[in-house]
Amino acid sequence: MFNQQSPFVQKAPTVTLVMMLVMFALLPGIIAYIFFFGIGVLLNLTIAIITALISEYFVLKIRNLPVKLFITDGSAVVAASLLALSIPSIAPWWIIVIGTLFTIIIAKHFYGGLGSNLFNPAMVGYAVLLVSFPAVMTKWPLPASHLLDFNIVQQIQIFFYGTKEIIDSVSSATPLDYIKTQIFLGKPFDLNFTNGMPINSYFNASIIISLSFLLGGVFMWWIKIITWHLPVTFLLSLALISAIFWLIDSSQYLPPFIHLFSGGTLLCAFFIITDPVSGPTTPRGKIFFAFGVALLVYLIRVFGGYPEGVAFAVIFMNICVPLIDSLTQPKVFGHE
Amino acid sequence: MLTSILIILFLAVIIGLVLGFSSVQFKVKGDPIIEKIDSILPQTQCGQCNYPGCKPYATAIAKGEADINQCPPGGEAGVRALAELMGVEYKPLNESHGTTKPKAIAFIDEDTCIGCTLCIQACPVDAILGAAKQMHTIIEKECTGCELCLPPCPVDCITMESIEENAENWKWKYPVYSISTSKTKVNH
Amino acid sequence: MKLLDKIFKFNGGVQTNPKKDISTKNSIKCLPIPSELRLPLRQHIGNMPKLKVKVGDQVLKGELIAEADGNISAAIHAPTSGKIKSVEKLLIPHPSGLPDFCVTLIPDKKDQWIKKAPVNWEKLGMEKTIKLLLNSGIVGLGGAAFPSHLKLGNNRNSPINTLIINAAECEPYITCDDMLMRERGNDLIKGIKLVQSLLGAKQTIIGIEDNKPEAYKIISDLIIKESSVHIKVVPTIYPSGDAKRLIFLINGIKISKEKRSSEYGIQMFNVATIVAIYRFIVHGEASLSRIVTITGNIKEPRNYEVLFGTPLESLIQDTGGQKIRNNTFIMGGPMMGFKLPSIDVSVTKTMNCVISAEPEMIEAKKEPLPCIRCAKCAEACPVLLQPQELFWFSKSDQFEKAQNYNLFDCIECGCCSYVCPSNIPLVQFYRYAKSEIIAQSIEKEEADIARERNDFRILRLEREKKERAERNAQRKAENTSEEKSKLIEEKRAEIAAAMNRIKDNEKIK
Repeated sequence: MFNQQSPFVQKAPTVTLVMMLVMFALLPGIIAYIFFFGIGVLLNLTIAIITALISEYFVLKIRNLPVKLFITDGSAVVAASLLALSIPSIAPWWIIVIGTLFTIIIAKHFYGGLGSNLFNPAMVGYAVLLVSFPAVMTKWPLPASHLLDFNIVQQIQIFFYGTKEIIDSVSSATPLDYIKTQIFLGKPFDLNFTNGMPINSYFNASIIISLSFLLGGVFMWWIKIITWHLPVTFLLSLALISAIFWLIDSSQYLPPFIHLFSGGTLLCAFFIITDPVSGPTTPRGKIFFAFGVALLVYLIRVFGGYPEGVAFAVIFMNICVPLIDSLTQPKVFGHE
Repeated sequence: MLTSILIILFLAVIIGLVLGFSSVQFKVKGDPIIEKIDSILPQTQCGQCNYPGCKPYATAIAKGEADINQCPPGGEAGVRALAELMGVEYKPLNESHGTTKPKAIAFIDEDTCIGCTLCIQACPVDAILGAAKQMHTIIEKECTGCELCLPPCPVDCITMESIEENAENWKWKYPVYSISTSKTKVNH
Repeated sequence: MKLLDKIFKFNGGVQTNPKKDISTKNSIKCLPIPSELRLPLRQHIGNMPKLKVKVGDQVLKGELIAEADGNISAAIHAPTSGKIKSVEKLLIPHPSGLPDFCVTLIPDKKDQWIKKAPVNWEKLGMEKTIKLLLNSGIVGLGGAAFPSHLKLGNNRNSPINTLIINAAECEPYITCDDMLMRERGNDLIKGIKLVQSLLGAKQTIIGIEDNKPEAYKIISDLIIKESSVHIKVVPTIYPSGDAKRLIFLINGIKISKEKRSSEYGIQMFNVATIVAIYRFIVHGEASLSRIVTITGNIKEPRNYEVLFGTPLESLIQDTGGQKIRNNTFIMGGPMMGFKLPSIDVSVTKTMNCVISAEPEMIEAKKEPLPCIRCAKCAEACPVLLQPQELFWFSKSDQFEKAQNYNLFDCIECGCCSYVCPSNIPLVQFYRYAKSEIIAQSIEKEEADIARERNDFRILRLEREKKERAERNAQRKAENTSEEKSKLIEEKRAEIAAAMNRIKDNEKIK
């Protein structure tokens, strides 16, 4: 029994409470997301959580582990939610189901379950989907200027019966994707986006969603679920690297502001790289890790083949975590 | 074509020279593996492994004549350590050599001892104090519990007393809490 | 003083629920002499003392019952006058629950003192004073029980320039030092000045936590006139009372586990130890009693001044017993203490507090989850270790790796387990790993000695064989036929001469 030896008192939030607080911190971002991209986001979230819990139940039973103890720890719910927030809202239902199954069964349980996964489970699921279904994964709908712009029925239809033609008709490229294509084609792009392209409204939506995630992230820091090292280092590094390139040639490279507020940058900074299991455990290690992720995100976005580099950057740095941990051990009290 | 052959030849000569030099310069005297095996063995010198002591058994393991699971005093932990060192698979202790018993120390009943020195000659670590026609006694600190003194004694005055746990040698136990619903044995 | 104002903060530590005011409402109470005293012989770090009395002896209060064996040992004295009833193995307050040698004394209620001999240390000199302190029974009364005479003494190699008094008492529930400062402040200050002179220290700094305002006021009033004694308030964070942590909080010096504070010119004593030293040197009284806090789930919690050997049962009875009966008592604080095997033990030198377990302390906690690598434990560790790494290695018996990550620097304060979201009993694993490593190293030492003895025996047998062979060869070589006949001739001549001598003697008779 646990309480046979000291300490006989304890003051620590349980894992379940921590996970629920993370979900709570995601709420502002989720609401903003639904507002701008429609009910598809909510559908994705719901199906993701249901799939996650069902698949975790079955895997726990097969592994002969106590089901109630592990299913209530909330880690599956958080991983599935993060995956659901990373994929386009008009993706058909089977995308999120396949992604969640990969996340829970393979990325989490095949590596040993809670506390043993080597890679960030949500990012593994996202990477698998991106590589397997690139066409569907890069089709985002136009953001609405207000909620009623979206036809809820149409969204549900697309979710369950989505066909390529329908998806094509409502989707457009993301800002990063658009700019990447323009650069590739050698055409100029207008940073002020005043030439009437739908990119403009897209970018406004992006800023508001990012700020909502920032709000959630600051809340998590305030209640001491995460430390400042990872998000601050990541954002500063990304800003610095993009600033350097932008100053070198502002016609080829985007300014730091756009890099910081588009794509999944703020979701990544506060919710994805702060996954405790796959991340580093030492404060200095966290700084190196965040810097590495920022550098890779920038490189993949600008020089790589994909418009968004967060998933691959995180997975790559996850491999380096044991090395980072062993090299950044803090000096023990009094040791030279 | 000729240049590539010459380059490869040159590389081979250089590497050969380096290897030859290292094999001479860094040659290790003796066979260190025997010492390494011996340092894992518990030094009880009991002979239960069928060899007259721990060093001969270590030599036999190094030569490949003996198996790694013949030492009961070393226990499971000893076999595992030997398996890791020799790079072979772990196998459970060979029961025909005996079972792992808790450490015990010999005790001579002084009323019965006749001072024949047969046990003194048998002890592999000279842990028995005494001389002909004088009282014999076991030096507790040096006794390894090998039990080699029991058979030679003509009056059967030697017994083995196990060391019980007391406030001095008490150890904290492995914290046991199982999160698996399967009935796996906790081997501590 | 500049050092007094500077604030140092060590990494980690936790904010605990102090629960100190439970036991500070009442003053220290002295119990009447109990009907039986059971004194364990092993109450300190070091060798067990040698018994000097036998069953049936009459002893006086303060008389030596067992004298220190060697330098790292301490003595046991009779806490009151009476008769020795027995010397046997009885239950002692130890986490193992195993019995150990105890001397049972039946008091005769006369409480007759032995002739008290105050120590004129200035005249005797330090060497003789330390010898007397060796048998004074004084050990560290903060819980560690290290023989104090080893820490006193004016060592020329590492002179002490600062004496630090540990008045922090950082663990929740414990208030014995707090009450000692409030009620025995005078003795404490006199003791401080005495120890400062004994050590030859230039200054004394008393380190006290900020949750003891009454004690702070009383002490600072008493030291106003003392120019070399200062008091510094440190913030209340557990474990600020740990020796090396307190030294850092007071003067910013970080001392690692291998080094002693005396190498840095600093020596530290608990307040109760100082008072004990004072009473021995100035009044000639050996260490016979201490203050114990009885608190927690109890009807009338307070502090008691008790003689060593007092049965714990009588103390608990005097407090009125537990409010919620669960028969579980913890010795020490809730962070580092241990469950007493039963209440049938006696008060020892290390017993600073007995907590009657509150329900939250013994209720079945949630099952531990696997470690989620959140590193909250590393954030809380005051020694800047990586508890999660130590946990993984201790759990899987990888003891060498655990030592590489400085397992033995762990002070077992419990901060890591306190904050673990997965409810893992981390400190239990470290204790297990440490005792396994120590047992393994003892086994290895014994095995090395056995190997040496065996090798020497083989060598000796071969040497004897060789010598025997040489002797045989020599004898064979010596005995050629000429020499043999020569020898026989000589022997015959000797025998003939001896026969003649006998015949002559017979003739004379």
